[in-house]
Parts: sequence; structure tokens; C-alpha cells
Amino acid sequence: MTQQQALYKYSLRLGDNALILSARLSEWCSNAPFLEEDLALTNMALDLIGRAQAMLKYAGEVDGNGKTEDDLAYRRSEREYYNNLIMELPNGDFAYTMVRQLFVSTFELFFFEELQKSTDATLAAIGAKTLKEVKYHHLHAKDWVIRLGDGTAESNRRVQQAVNQLWMYTGELFEMDGTDALLMKDGIAVNAEHLKMGWIQMVTQILALANIELPADGYMQTGSRMGIHTEHLGHILSEMQYLQRAYPDATW
Amino acid sequence: MTADNQLDVWEVFMQSKPGANYIHAGSIHASDKQMALQNARDTYSRRGEGTSIWVVPSSAIVASNPEDNGMFFDPANDKIYRHPTFYVMPEGAKAI
Repeated sequence: MTQQQALYKYSLRLGDNALILSARLSEWCSNAPFLEEDLALTNMALDLIGRAQAMLKYAGEVDGNGKTEDDLAYRRSEREYYNNLIMELPNGDFAYTMVRQLFVSTFELFFFEELQKSTDATLAAIGAKTLKEVKYHHLHAKDWVIRLGDGTAESNRRVQQAVNQLWMYTGELFEMDGTDALLMKDGIAVNAEHLKMGWIQMVTQILALANIELPADGYMQTGSRMGIHTEHLGHILSEMQYLQRAYPDATW
Repeated sequence: MTADNQLDVWEVFMQSKPGANYIHAGSIHASDKQMALQNARDTYSRRGEGTSIWVVPSSAIVASNPEDNGMFFDPANDKIYRHPTFYVMPEGAKAI
């Protein structure tokens, strides 16, 4: 693997994470508990779309075969997507969506703090811009998880259930492989394993405020780094890619 | 439609740039100050409208009664001398 190939894959991963979570969050449009939250969720989805666009555009440039961000979003199949599995899981109830957002945003808070120091100027610039957005996503998710966890018996039960169900998808956030190792040598990639302690600490604090018990570490799901996904990603892509698949190069 | 059961109503005021007046932007629902501020941000500052936000519980606003309009506002109509329009504006003074 050359550095160029590694950088292509690294940018794809970051772009795919943003794109797929954005697709999930945008499903809340017109379905959120109330109007203001509807706007909050779709605002986040739009932040993520912006990030996906920047990352995939860069991936296309690194690849050097003239692929645009749209080509990469709409013309790759499931096995060519590298987003973490947690991004593609169905929204569940509102508590589930907020717990997922808390887990992801807390990770991203640490991740983009580091990525903005990348020796790759483009990744560093996207990292700095993204960090501001992620700080808000994190604040919003944290407030809701505490509010619901520390709320009624029913809302506490739902948050605890979401935490228990999502826990096994959090291990993947910190996984690293040859791609990361190669890019880390030159200070391009973030050492994700190093972020785990900080993440656990912050999540533990927040869940304690929410009267939620931390699950025991058990089996952790994995696969996305090799393009192996849950059964849910295919359904997202079939909807997202329908137009380009049915009418290639359609314009209006 | 049932009654409004979506939490308390808050009024939102936005400042478009530092030093400018806060202008009423609209209202939102929220259960506390923190949520009110976030919901105001998400509802009214998505297109770069502001640099600062105030939120105030609608219940804290005291409004004048339309029936009092005559007593409250009409007496000001014929007091033209209360307007500083008879002075020459000094050069260089912009916002008066």
C-alpha cells in the first residue's frame, strides 16, 4: 500500500462516517418529537453532509482518477463503503438516536481535536472546521442523554436500553489497521487507540449524571474497515443511490 | 388540534453584529434555559443571522393592553417639539 492509497482510504472512511450518519439523522426530518428538535437533528445532518462532501472531494483528488464527491457517494457499493457500523444502525427511538450521537460526537470531539494538527493541510483544515460543529453536536446529545436518563422511569429505561444495545458498536471507533499506521508515521493520521481513555472517562461521567449504568465490556462488533457491514447499509444506499443508479448522469 | 403541550414558550432576540440592537426573531419551545438557548440557535441562526442570542420566558413579558392605546400613545402625536429635528446635524455624526 502506497501513502497515496492509504490517504485515499482514510479520507473515504471519514467521508463515509459523515455521509451515512447524515442519512440516518435526516430520516428524523418531520418525525422528531417537536419542531425545534426536528431542526436540531436536520442541522446536524447538514453539518455532516458538508463534512462528507469535503472529505469525499479530497478522496477523489488524492485518488487522481477524476472522481468527484458525487461519484464516490453514489457509485460505490456496500462493500466499498468504510463507515463504522454504528453510523448505519437504524434510528430506533429518540433516546437511541441521542445515545448514538453522544457516543459518536464524544469520539469525534477527541478525534478532530487531533486531526486539526495533521501534517496534511487539507485534513487539518477540515478537522478545524469540523471540531466547531462537533462541539455543538456533543453538547446537544449530552444534554438530552442526561435529561432523559435523569428524567422519568420510562425515559431512563429507554436510555439504558440504548446504551446496552449500542455499546458493542463503540469498539470499532478506536480500531486501527495498516492504513492508519502508514499515515501516522508522517503525522497525517490520528492515533485513535490513544483516544479511548479520554472517551471512556467522558462517557462514564455523562452517563453517571444520567443515572445510567455503564455496560461491561464484552464482544465488540467489527468489520467496517474491510467493507463488511450490517444488513442495514444496503438499504440506506439503495435509497440514496436510486436516482444515479436508475438514471446515470441525470441532471436537471 | 389540542392545546399547546410542547413545553414552555420562550421569546428569542438576535443580535446581528456586535454592538447592534437585539431584535425579536420569534419564539420557541423549551423546558429550561439551556434547551431554550440551543433551540433558539437551531431555529433562528442557521443562516448566519446572528452573533449573540437572548432568550426570555414569554411569561416574563408584560405587554400593554390595546385598549390603553389612546391613553398611552396618542398624546405623543402632536408634540412635534419633542423630536430633535430642529437641530443641524454635526458633520461626522452618523447614528442619531
